[in-house]
Amino acid sequence: MTDNNHDIEQPEGRVPKRVIGTPSPATSTSVLGDDERPGDQGVPGVVPQSEATARKGERIAALCFLLTLLGGIAFIASYVIFQVGDIDSARASNVALGGSLALALLAMAAGMVVWVRLVMPKYNMVQERHTMASDGRTREYVTETFKHGVDESGFVKRPMLRRTLLLAAAPLGLAPLVLLRDLGPRYSDFPEKLRHTVWGEKTKDGKPRRLVVEGTGAPIRAADFNSPGGILSVVPEGYEHDLNALAKATLILLKFRPEELKSGTNLNWAPQGIVAYSKICTHVGCPAALYEQTTHHILCPCHQSTFDAADGAKVIFGPAARPLPQLPIAVDEEGFLVATADFSVPPGPSFWERGDAEAEVRENGGHA
Amino acid sequence: MSITTVPKPIAGTSSFLDDRLGAGNFLKRNLRKIFPDHWSFLLGEIALYSFIVLLLTGTFLTFFFKPSMGEVPYEGSYEPLKGIMMSEAYASSLHISFDVRGGLLMRQMHHWAALLFVGGMMVHALRVFFTGAYRKPRELNWLIGVLLLTLALFEGLTGYSLPDDLLSGAGLRITEGVAISLPLVGTWITFFLFGGEYPGEDVISRFYSLHILLIPGILLALITAHMILMWVQKHTQMPGKGRTNENVVGAPFYPAFMVKAGAYFMFTFGVIALLGAFAQINPIWLFGPYTPADISAGSQPDFYMGFLEGSLRLMPPWEINIAGFTLPMSVLIPALVPMGIIMTGLALYPFIEQWVTGDRSEHHIADRPRNNPHRTSIGMAAVTFYGVLWLLGANDELASFFHISLNATTYVGRVMVFLGPAIAYYVTYRVCLGLQRSDAAVIGHGVESGVIKRLPNGEYIEVHVPPNPAIEAHVRGKAPVPMLPGADGDGGGERDGVPPKQLRGPLGRLRVKMSRAYGGEKIPLDDGHGHGEEHAAIGSGEDRSLTH
Repeated sequence: MTDNNHDIEQPEGRVPKRVIGTPSPATSTSVLGDDERPGDQGVPGVVPQSEATARKGERIAALCFLLTLLGGIAFIASYVIFQVGDIDSARASNVALGGSLALALLAMAAGMVVWVRLVMPKYNMVQERHTMASDGRTREYVTETFKHGVDESGFVKRPMLRRTLLLAAAPLGLAPLVLLRDLGPRYSDFPEKLRHTVWGEKTKDGKPRRLVVEGTGAPIRAADFNSPGGILSVVPEGYEHDLNALAKATLILLKFRPEELKSGTNLNWAPQGIVAYSKICTHVGCPAALYEQTTHHILCPCHQSTFDAADGAKVIFGPAARPLPQLPIAVDEEGFLVATADFSVPPGPSFWERGDAEAEVRENGGHA
Repeated sequence: MSITTVPKPIAGTSSFLDDRLGAGNFLKRNLRKIFPDHWSFLLGEIALYSFIVLLLTGTFLTFFFKPSMGEVPYEGSYEPLKGIMMSEAYASSLHISFDVRGGLLMRQMHHWAALLFVGGMMVHALRVFFTGAYRKPRELNWLIGVLLLTLALFEGLTGYSLPDDLLSGAGLRITEGVAISLPLVGTWITFFLFGGEYPGEDVISRFYSLHILLIPGILLALITAHMILMWVQKHTQMPGKGRTNENVVGAPFYPAFMVKAGAYFMFTFGVIALLGAFAQINPIWLFGPYTPADISAGSQPDFYMGFLEGSLRLMPPWEINIAGFTLPMSVLIPALVPMGIIMTGLALYPFIEQWVTGDRSEHHIADRPRNNPHRTSIGMAAVTFYGVLWLLGANDELASFFHISLNATTYVGRVMVFLGPAIAYYVTYRVCLGLQRSDAAVIGHGVESGVIKRLPNGEYIEVHVPPNPAIEAHVRGKAPVPMLPGADGDGGGERDGVPPKQLRGPLGRLRVKMSRAYGGEKIPLDDGHGHGEEHAAIGSGEDRSLTH
């Protein structure tokens, strides 16, 4: 900044122009409120509006309130006129109702602002604050009273009274918590439930369960699912609409050329190059629904965990820590794909009691 | 025209109430209660009025919504879904949207109001933080605020899940995946929440009672407490002419503030109606009924959950198995740590600041953010931390919009989540000091007037004039950030060579060090007023900013 604060004789009443971006000089009005204008008002800090301003404010506010009136009437009329029952009429009704309601409310807001700013006085009133704390004598009085109360009640002097009361309250306090127990099933059920899916159950007539296409429920003939790069979303036969079953058992079915499959994939479970992986992401359980044919990448759209489908669905990117489990499948005598057993490890997100299921399977000589 | 007597109906009612409640004493104290004015004081009101809109629209929705997961075939008027099996919750949400007049409007307004509610709370919290309005005696109200924000997130989460469409189900599935990852209690919590395995048949009705009864009840109670405390403690005010720590300057509650507040409620309500009418939100009919087998790409949570989504996406894979038990760190860390840092940090900040500054006095003048540069920098670092996570929550959208590699966004995010806050801290600190210097210049040299003058020696100068008294008072209304007694000396706090006992240990010495860095006046205002030879003061004065 240059050194230029020299006093100069300014012509009387000359107001220096304001440079953009700097605070305004003393003589201009400011955004922070004018100095109190000396007026004939009675109350300090209350500067009434001039009658002309107030009258102008009254007119504008009244105009706004009339708009509110129109908006309110339009709202009621829209309710009667616009019937709903399909997407287009619901949209039209929505715009008419919402538009008229918005008009009514915003006009009222504007009118009230004009009312405060142009009709009511300008306020710059001052009120004192007091510290929040009470004064020493009050505190002393309360302390004394408290002590008297303790004495009078006998709560300290009579331990039997106190102890039995506290003792009695404990189970009563626990009662509501106990009541919540039946929100969930027996504990012994749930880690086990998380380990099994309906793929492990045979059908009613004792046959292995077929893989069916999600949506149509059609069983899948291995010979028909024959173009490499093909992908299907698959659900268990008989459980097409059971959401609890689907949350663990949904599959993504892929067809490979034999030479594309790598060591991570269990080839015994890949009849004719068809591989079934759990579709439930091992991160937090979203369906890993996206597939990129050229790279064989399965991608979960929620948090972008990426799995290499040609190599046992091992994780190549993202927060998932484990591969998608592969389901043992085979072709039955009629040529349809069936599950020969359940997943060897629990599908879906990790949980405390899960443990390193993959390592256990490998120790037992199996394939995770 | 002024009235000379109070109209009879009002006089009658007031005497009736005063005779029975003694309302006169209360009104005497409070009718003319002064409320200070500043645009930033309106931010919390957005949240308050959005909450009222939420209660109104939400009540309407409960008249038609059926919180049941029982499967029914859809028989409403939306053609593409006719005959499809879906939960009653989803069917009734479609019914509200297409077969109830005003239903779609109420649904959309409810959703928009929810976004505005949480957004309003966030900007309000930032305003309170950056102006130091949480300081004594307002720490309790600050804690209530932090609690309100946390509860609002849960309220949003439970409400988001109710329509039971494919999008809301995806959110629920992620919630389940996070809950079940918790060590020891994870399976318990999920099996109790869902009444068995996911998704079960109970969660919608349970979320419903949480969403419409329990959480809003607590919110309402806490908001009431928040308002009462604000009322009793009186609002803080910005520094300015005639404003001191012992007074409050502004407009009286009756009639001006009342009408202003009413206007602002109408405005908030009106904007929400405008959004509900013209800005489509959550078109559940496009998503279809929920099934755990499907998802649509580009699924995004509401904005206030975005930071959790981002932190889940950011985390590298990491899972620990010990003694047959599993710790899925790639879920636990992102789900708990950022939320923990932000909420705990918010809750503890007033007390940490008190510990560092040793300041136990009452504050009713709000700080301008520049005048406590370390606080402002900490706040901006936290905002950046949150912002990086939030952006990463939409990294798939960013990647496809800007045609960059999705994986690259994640890698950059992993670095920026640490680097970003550090940069923000440094930049904010410098900006604060720069602003303080410009304040000092205004006080010390005055304001550029635009008048050029030629001196006798031929030099041209621009004439500076004293600033507007109101602005000067605003700028001068700053006090040095308090420091521990003993920390302000140049010798390092040891006035007589011996620091107080509690400051001698390693923690005490750290405290003194922090206090010295955090507190004090970085750029003192130059007090020689406007006309004279003191211009060299800026720069050579006590600019201690570089030493910290």
